[in-house]
This record gives sequence, structure tokens and C-alpha cells, in this order.
Amino acid sequence: MNSIVVKNLTKKFGSFTAVDEVSFEVKRGEIFGFLGANGAGKSTTIKMLCGILEPTSGDALVGGFSVAKEPDKVKQNIGYMSQRFSLYNDLTVEENIDFFGGIYGLEGNLFEERKKWVLHIANLEGKEKLLTSSLPGGIKQRLALGTAVIHKPQIVFLDEPTSGVDPISRRNFWDLINSLSAENITVLVTTHYLEEAEYCNNIILIDAGKLIAEGSSKQLKTNYIKVPIFEIECSNVVEAMELLEKQDFVGETSIFGNNIHVITNEKFKDESQIHNLCKSSSINVKRINKIIPTLEDVFIHLLEKGKK
Amino acid sequence: MKIVIHFIKKEFQQFKRDPKMFAMVLIAPILQSIILGYAANLDINNINLIVFNQDQSRLSRDYIDKFTHSGYFTITKDVNSYDEMTKDIAASKALIGIVIPRDFEKDISNNRTSHVQILVDGSDGNKGSIAFGYTQGVTSNFSQQIILESAARRGIKTSAGSITPEVRIWYNPELKTRNFMVPSITALILLLTTTLLTSLAVVKEKELGTLEQLIVTPIKPWQMVLGKLIPFVILGFATMALVNSIMIFWFGIPIRGSIIFYLFSSFLYILSTLGLGLFISTISKTQQQAMMVSIFGAMMPMIYLSGFAFPIENMPKIIQYITYAIPMRYFITIIRGVILKGIGFADLWREALMLFIMGITILFLSSLRFKKRLE
Repeated sequence: MNSIVVKNLTKKFGSFTAVDEVSFEVKRGEIFGFLGANGAGKSTTIKMLCGILEPTSGDALVGGFSVAKEPDKVKQNIGYMSQRFSLYNDLTVEENIDFFGGIYGLEGNLFEERKKWVLHIANLEGKEKLLTSSLPGGIKQRLALGTAVIHKPQIVFLDEPTSGVDPISRRNFWDLINSLSAENITVLVTTHYLEEAEYCNNIILIDAGKLIAEGSSKQLKTNYIKVPIFEIECSNVVEAMELLEKQDFVGETSIFGNNIHVITNEKFKDESQIHNLCKSSSINVKRINKIIPTLEDVFIHLLEKGKK
Repeated sequence: MKIVIHFIKKEFQQFKRDPKMFAMVLIAPILQSIILGYAANLDINNINLIVFNQDQSRLSRDYIDKFTHSGYFTITKDVNSYDEMTKDIAASKALIGIVIPRDFEKDISNNRTSHVQILVDGSDGNKGSIAFGYTQGVTSNFSQQIILESAARRGIKTSAGSITPEVRIWYNPELKTRNFMVPSITALILLLTTTLLTSLAVVKEKELGTLEQLIVTPIKPWQMVLGKLIPFVILGFATMALVNSIMIFWFGIPIRGSIIFYLFSSFLYILSTLGLGLFISTISKTQQQAMMVSIFGAMMPMIYLSGFAFPIENMPKIIQYITYAIPMRYFITIIRGVILKGIGFADLWREALMLFIMGITILFLSSLRFKKRLE
């Protein structure tokens, strides 16, 4: 069963098309990664899916409700958390929970139960009276997620939830996202961290308002790059990269520490081309491996292709 | 409505933790009362006077005594030269200088007119003209007295009728600036809490991103507007109570008219100031911007053009027309009418109606704009 169905969703601001005929589907309980450069149209898409922004054309069903026709019903059934911790810093933990619970119309036993749950997942039991501003970043973020889903929505949108958080808190946060997914809550998450994208069941990549890739991380790695990719460990990494980029059999290059990833193109014949090239210059090659592309390779490849 | 109550509760929890807010709400009214009650004083009780008496006769001394006995003047110095006098006036040691000519007594006793020179420091026009008025009053009284005395000496009975004004000063019998200024502080304080603080509070949510969070909840724009504005209405009335208590119990200025009408028109006035606050919040991205726009775009024109600081009748015609667009103008008229004159709805309904129309219009348009900005 699909919990989000997006069909030809388009948003224009004057003559500028921010989101261009985007279509995709998200299954219930899935963790769905939404990737793209800044300004690619991610936020605009999320705003439309949350019922805040009216689409210029096309539509999306979120939890079964049309974002174009029934934005209020959509809002009742979703949770939303952005990279800015949208809690009131000058309220206590409990006051924040009470306020958002109240706004979602929670009352009585149900409210008490949900409040306990939020305190539990944020590790704040017994600390209800603390001022939110005094909490460490990771905890604040968990509290923000808790209050965002206090009304038990079927779907939750997380807009770069882990930006600016240390790696351990980030890992813990992803455990929390997994537990939401285990409760059959659909999670749509945008992120800049590609290793986080690996945690997602499915991913889409959007560029200049257009959807340019979709699938699981495995599918993305195999379906979108057909040409061989090599990892070269060598001296003078920067010089080597500059040299490689000039060759007609090379598509893109990128540096990973002491290694260079070389995405070849149709003109590429075999590895010896690289060896010969390096021998004719002063670059000392330690190792050349043919590799399975990382998500980063895939995205750089797709985005560079888009520019051309 | 429950959602609105949750919102209001949250606003008060936030007030509680914001020391800036406390300062604005408590200290500003007290400070305003002290400043306008004591410092903004246009009354003139004590005019410093310099005399250059070249005559040194009995009559010239009598003339000078009239000034000291009037209660308005203090003679700071008797000088012996004209230069000395002009220096002192230039140094603001005296407001008025009197030069009595050498033949003052001789001329008068020979039935000739004597010319006394009066120098006035007119740099503060208002003060100068009042002091000059008093000087003229004392002089003409003295001159009248001389005529009557000389007539009596010659055995002439003056039987011609004369006019003596019997003055009753209404509303502010002591003619104190304070009684005129202090009641209007209410208008200023309500402007501060409902325009400045409201715009700041809304923009603060924008800055922190909590507004973005609220938009994705099922809360409706009208609930948000009410939830945001009602706390400031309550706060506004609380500060109003404070200011008016200071006015009544400290300055001894009672409210002569109907308190109900006073409160009712305050509410009408608040509609427009809240609307302005909301409007400012829709055009400002940061709290600093909101502060600047509130002060320079709303508060300054209101203070200058409402008759709060300067009388509207003295303004050029074109500016007088502009003042009709200032809601505070109507409220100031109502405040002074109710508190000082004790008049009410029967005489002030036009002002109340104008406040109502302006308030509803401004608030409605601002809410519409606020709603549009959210989307």
C-alpha cells in the first residue's frame, strides 16, 4: 500500500519552475530518502506535500488526501520537522509537549500516554521542567521529532534533520527513525549525508526541479552507471586528477583521500589506458581497482551529466 | 477555540521567561509617567529678570517691585550697563531684561510718556512669548495705576465704566501642562505594547522557525492571529491600569468621565494598533527590522501628528489633513475629553466611530496579508 503518491507535481514561481512534473510513490512504513543539491526543489516539494504550498499543477495523495484539494486533512495526518529545531527555546520540555499536543487537539489519557512516549524517546523522563534551550543538540532534536509525531501521524517529513549534529547523536537519531518505520510510520527524509541515504529503503534524486533517479541504493548504483569505475591510489593526487580529466575516455573524476575515483565513458577500452597514461607522466600508481560505485559516484555522475 | 487558549497560555509562559518583556511592560509605563509628569513641563512660574535701572527714583523702584510681587519674576541682578545686560541674556542667565530710562520719574510726573525697553530671549518661542505677556501685564497695570492716582490727586473722579474679567478656568484650573500630558500616556503605552511588542513576538517566531512548524500543524491562520494578539490585548490593558493608577493616585488627576466609555474606546484604539503590529510583522524579516519600522514608521508619526506632543491647530493645513489618518489623534481627543472634561459618548461618538472604522479596516487587511504570507 502506498502512503504517498505524487503525480506530475509542478510548482512555478512566475516564469521559474521550481518543481517540474515530479512523480513518485512511497510505500507505507518505508524510509524514503529525498536527495538533491541546495535549490534543486526539495523544500518546495516537501512544502507541497505538507499542504503548505499549493501546487501549480499535478497533485499528490498524502495518507490518502489530496494536497491540492484537502490540505487541512493532510496536515492532520502528517508530522514535520525541519533542520532548525522548531521548539520554543524559552519553554520547558513539558510546556513544549503540552503546547504541540494541544494544537493537535490531544486530550485526556491519549495525551498523557503520548507525552510519556515523547519523554521516553527523547530520554527526558524526570526532566520535564528543564528549559529547552539548556538541552544538548542531540536531545533537542529527539524532542523535536517526538513533538512532531505526538499526534501519531501515518507519515512524517524530516527536512535535513541531522544537519549540524555529532556522528553519535546522528546514529542514535537514525535508530529512532528506524523504530518509527517499524511502527509502520512512513518517513520521508531529506539529507546531504550520502551515508545516511544508505539507510533508506528507497531514494529519489532531484535536480533543477526534475526527478533524475529513483530506486534503492543498490539499484541506483547498478542502473545509473553502466561504464566501469576505477579507484586509483597514487602519488600527486591532484596532478593525476587534472591529467585524467583531460583524457577523452574519462567522464568524471573525484578525490577520496589518497584515492581518485574515475568514472569512464563509452570511449574507454581497458585498464591499460590508465596505466600507460600514468607511466608517461611522473605519477606513481600504487594500485588500480575496478569498483562498484558509491552513491556519491552515482550522484556526481548524474548531476554532471545534467549540467552537460 | 481550545487551540487559541493553548496558544495564549504558551504566550504567557514565554512572557514569564523574557526579562526584556517585563522591562517593557512594567518599567516603560512608570518611566513615561515620570518623564511626562515632571520633565515635560511647559509651565512658566519663575522668570529670571535683569534690570538696568538708570533712573533710581522712587517710581522706578515701585515699578520693579510690581514684578517681584507678581510672583512670576525673580530679579537675578541689577546691572549698571547695557552691555552687561545683553551678556547675561546671551548666557541665558535671564529671560527678560528691562531698561528704565534716566528721566523715567521726571517724564511721568510731567505727564509725558516714558519708554521702557524690554528685551526678551525669544529662542524658545513659547517661553519667550509667555514671559513677554506677563511683563506687558505688569507694565500696563502699573501704568493704569499711575493714571488713576494722578487723576485722584487732581480731584478728578473717574466715572467712566470699565471691564474687569472674572475668569473661571475649566477642566484644568491650575493650567498645568502635567494635567494635559499625563492622561495621554495611556495612548503611548498601548501603542508600545500592541504595535511594537506584537510585531516583535510574531517576527521572533519567524526567526526561530517555530512559525514554519506551526504552519504544518492543523492550526488555522485566524486561530494563530487570535492566539498571538489576545495576550497583547491583556498585557496592554494591564499596563493601562498601571499608568492610570499612577495618574490618579500619584499625580492626583481623576477620571471625570465614564470609565466604561474610556475602556471601550481604548479597545477600539487597540484594534488599529494591533493591526499595525501585525502588518509590520509581515514586512519584517528580523526583530531588529520590526523594531525600527515600529518606532520610525508607526510610533514617531503617531506621537508627532496625534496632538500628543504638539497642538494640531498650530500645524500647517496640509499636515492637519494628514492627522485625520492617525488613529491616535482620535484616541487622544477621547482621553483628554473623558479624563479632563468628563465628557462621554454623546460628545465623542465621532472619534469612537473613526477608531472603530480604522481599527477594523487595518486589522482586517493585516490579517489577510498575514494569512497570505503564511501560504
